[in-house]
Amino acid sequence: APKKARPRGPYDTDETPTPYEDATTYNNFYEFGLDKGDPAENAHTLKPRPWTVVIDGEVNKPQRVDMDTLQSWFPLEDRVYRMRCVEAWSMVIPWMGFPLAGLLRRVEPTSKAKYVAFTTLMDPKQMPGQKAATLDWPYVEGLRLDEALHPLALLAVGLYGKVLPNQNGAPLRLVVPWKYGFKGIKSIVRISLTETQPPTTWSLANRREYGFYANVNPQVDHPRWSQASERRIGEFRRRPTLPFNGYAEQVAGLYSGMDLRENF
Amino acid sequence: MASSPYPWLKPAVLVGGLSPVALLALDFARGALGANPIERVLHQTGMLALIVLVASLACTPLKLLFGWTWPLRIRKLLGLLGFAYAVMHFLTYAVLDQGLAWGALLADITKRPFITVGFLALVLLVPLAVTSTNRMVRRLGFPTWQRLHRLVYVAVSLGVVHFIWRVKKDLTEPLVYACVLGLLLAVRVAESVRKRRTRASLPAT
Repeated sequence: APKKARPRGPYDTDETPTPYEDATTYNNFYEFGLDKGDPAENAHTLKPRPWTVVIDGEVNKPQRVDMDTLQSWFPLEDRVYRMRCVEAWSMVIPWMGFPLAGLLRRVEPTSKAKYVAFTTLMDPKQMPGQKAATLDWPYVEGLRLDEALHPLALLAVGLYGKVLPNQNGAPLRLVVPWKYGFKGIKSIVRISLTETQPPTTWSLANRREYGFYANVNPQVDHPRWSQASERRIGEFRRRPTLPFNGYAEQVAGLYSGMDLRENF
Repeated sequence: MASSPYPWLKPAVLVGGLSPVALLALDFARGALGANPIERVLHQTGMLALIVLVASLACTPLKLLFGWTWPLRIRKLLGLLGFAYAVMHFLTYAVLDQGLAWGALLADITKRPFITVGFLALVLLVPLAVTSTNRMVRRLGFPTWQRLHRLVYVAVSLGVVHFIWRVKKDLTEPLVYACVLGLLLAVRVAESVRKRRTRASLPAT
């Protein structure tokens, strides 16, 4: 059941959330098809329980943990975030989850840990889209450790007060609201801390169009379309896109001294 | 001129060809086009333009291969319908999607090859639509008119390139169009080679 109104948190936007119907029927999740409507139609084959997440690599306490146990370690928090897709549309989504930083601290990164690599489930039976070589499966993503430790970086298990629907990345997905949506890897089965920058699916598919950082940046266009503006789902007119998707105050410091045109 | 054997053919093609517009408009009004209706209209009008234009290019090859003459009766209508869809596609992009932001439109058309080729395809179709009347055929003379209208192959090829460059990952669908277009062109090339051979093998008089 939907939750009662709560006070606005420090990371929440007060913008109107996108209708639940739109946020759960207009998705990019190529494991279930290439059209935006495909995931909602096809993702019923995914079984989000039982689910195991492996946390390993450069950590003192590597582990393999059941999803329910993992979730029980952290109190659920509500976060209303803007979501900006690299395709120049955007939504406002009320997520439920816990900060990624909490999980990372719990497993104690070693001094060698510099990056965090994420992997989606690989199972063509549950994810029929993986039968086609559309992308190099399984989907992988990554963050620099300091990005991953930022309080905005969320591991989500729900939205709109409900359990995360399969098409939105059940049972566990990443949400990094200052980056393009494709960084928000879905249906995570593995989180590895690494010394070197991990590969990421879309930059492997097309290095010229999708970078490792993928920070929302109105000044760096996608080669095929402008990133200067976006269409908020449900609105008619485009609106200007904000640097770091409006989270510049919180995250710009992570990139001081970096050329963001080079590191797009 | 003998009366047409299929008097219903043209009206049927016209009504059938325009019915997707009515459906789109109806769904738009009902809010049944999903979370991003403008994107949906953009995709559908683009697909329809390509489908109808490829269909118009199939008319002559069908005549050459099977001797059917009815496709030739609807060739012009299909060409004009395809042009109309290309115009709707462009207007959806320029007006609904970009809100006639001239700076953004100009940057798109000049800086982004996928939009450049799409725009070029549309521009190349304009003189063909303008000279589609019987009066223009007479005024230009048939050989000149025919040469001009070969531009349609360039325009539709650019349309297919536009589609190929637009796709993020799976190229299957645009490549189907590329193959069909290639086949249709091959039939015409084969026919013109055959004609030239026949002419060359005629005994000198």
